[in-house]
Amino acid sequence: MKIGVVTFPGSLDDHDARRAVRMAGGEAVSLWHGDDSLRGVDAVVLPGGFSYGDYLRAGAIARFAPVMSALIPAAQGGLPVLGICNGFQILCESHLLPGAMIHNDHRTFICRDQRLRVENATTAWTSDFDQGDEITIVLKNQDGQYVADRHTLDELEGEGRVAFRYIVEESKTTQHDRFAGRNPNGSYRDIAGITNARGNVVGLMPHPEHAIEAGYGPSLDGLKFFTSVLKSVVSSKTVVNA
Amino acid sequence: MGNVVVDVMLKSEILDPQGQAVASALPRLGFTQFTDVRQGKRFVLTVEGEVTDEVLAAAREAAETMLSNPVIEDVVSVRVESRAVDSQSAEPQEVEFLA
Repeated sequence: MKIGVVTFPGSLDDHDARRAVRMAGGEAVSLWHGDDSLRGVDAVVLPGGFSYGDYLRAGAIARFAPVMSALIPAAQGGLPVLGICNGFQILCESHLLPGAMIHNDHRTFICRDQRLRVENATTAWTSDFDQGDEITIVLKNQDGQYVADRHTLDELEGEGRVAFRYIVEESKTTQHDRFAGRNPNGSYRDIAGITNARGNVVGLMPHPEHAIEAGYGPSLDGLKFFTSVLKSVVSSKTVVNA
Repeated sequence: MGNVVVDVMLKSEILDPQGQAVASALPRLGFTQFTDVRQGKRFVLTVEGEVTDEVLAAAREAAETMLSNPVIEDVVSVRVESRAVDSQSAEPQEVEFLA
């Protein structure tokens, strides 16, 4: 199974994403922002970082990179795509996912281990989870506040398309937690990640690729994103061949 | 040489953390009369020759597709700025307001 990871100018986590693919048992394929080819991959990860310096808006210039002219129709056709952090911002700017990301409401950069609740365990990237699972992965971002109009938010919730929510810790859970009683970036309705209606395109702010290996990161919870998509690719190929 | 000026602002219902940072710093300098600050973006698009209707239409399309994100921002105006190199007093020529 080939999972492509796109490198944009300013991508930071493409190497970790490829490593996560390999740890999960897949073959990682490097994709380049300037190529309009997906090189025959079975799924694609848009990694975190600051593509094109995040000038204009986070993800806004990456959205028009040559590789996106191949990726957008492929995603609309069912190709599994995971956008992490900056990748999530790119998916929103591409209109593959609704809403947008603006500065954290507290105006500071976040880097912390973050608990999330899995709200939808039926997508291509979450099927190895159970709905309601609580996971801990790394959150690190500047422009992580998910916003959308009320109609869009209601639609996302009504259709079960909120994939992950930030778990809001009660006050005094940890002594120095400045985010006690609130989510860590001001995201509307505590949304950390969403999916498209078909379940093949998923975007989230926190970083599963940093939580895949014992001794590095807060857990191994991130690995299930990648094992999920490998299984979904296998099962979709089985359907095609049947 | 002609310029098209595009102004983009965050929608009023979207929180503006940059504007808030500025708003909270102004009182330190004694500016206590301003109750809110919203920060926007100005793009100046330059072309060879005059700004024709086609140029203006292209600028409008660029404003809607790339320079702004309609989910969070409004294109407040797209207008021609006549460039008088030797004069600071040349007033921008207001051609069109979208908002």
